[in-house]
Amino acid sequence: MPAEPMNLFRLAQRGMSAQMVRMNTAASNLANAGAVARSEEEAYRAVRPVFQSELDRASGLSTVRVTGTELSNAAPTKRHDPDHPLADDNGDVWEASVNESAEMVEIMESARQYQNLVEALQTAKQLMLDTLRSK
Amino acid sequence: MNERIFGIHGAALELRSQRMGLLTSNIANAATPGYKARDLDFASALADRTSGASQAKTLADNTLYRVPVMPSMDGNTVELANEQIAFAENAIAYSATLSFVQGKVDNIKRALKGE
Repeated sequence: MPAEPMNLFRLAQRGMSAQMVRMNTAASNLANAGAVARSEEEAYRAVRPVFQSELDRASGLSTVRVTGTELSNAAPTKRHDPDHPLADDNGDVWEASVNESAEMVEIMESARQYQNLVEALQTAKQLMLDTLRSK
Repeated sequence: MNERIFGIHGAALELRSQRMGLLTSNIANAATPGYKARDLDFASALADRTSGASQAKTLADNTLYRVPVMPSMDGNTVELANEQIAFAENAIAYSATLSFVQGKVDNIKRALKGE
């Protein structure tokens, strides 16, 4: 439970942080797309953040919490490439299990939701200022 | 006292502000699996509030789950376009209510000054 009372600013801030974690993991996945490893265990697996909503009963607001990041279940692809310096005894290498198009979509969706939050926050802030300045 | 001066508008401003919080919660949880979008039934909330129900009871009774146009596979019922429209509509209504409240205050000030 946060010590400070929940308000719109904290709510939007947490939502934006969660979207940033999501964008960072998608960027890491894209950066590692095409990475090759010697064995299936060493191969890079896509990382995904896990979001959970958190209801603040006092104010009725729901924030987002990133409970952790998890590795994708998609198996790395085995490629036969005997000339590769990392190839094992059978001449196979394992490629990272990253779907580049899916990661691009993930980044685009995340950016849209982030923008949405910024706009909502700006509107809310303006209305609060209008209320504050009225005499 | 507050009701006598501001009429319906004091309660309406509070409820508009609460609804803004709910809609922002929906926007923040647009990517949370299993999150159910909530909204305030403004008309019935205002009716309850003006007929004497407490703020907490009004919110508890009139906060409803949104019925999605097309539910997504992860159980999330936030539809961003609808939330944006609701948010914009609510922001304008908040501004309108705020100007009514300001008008009331201006009236009283004018009466006090004897203009």
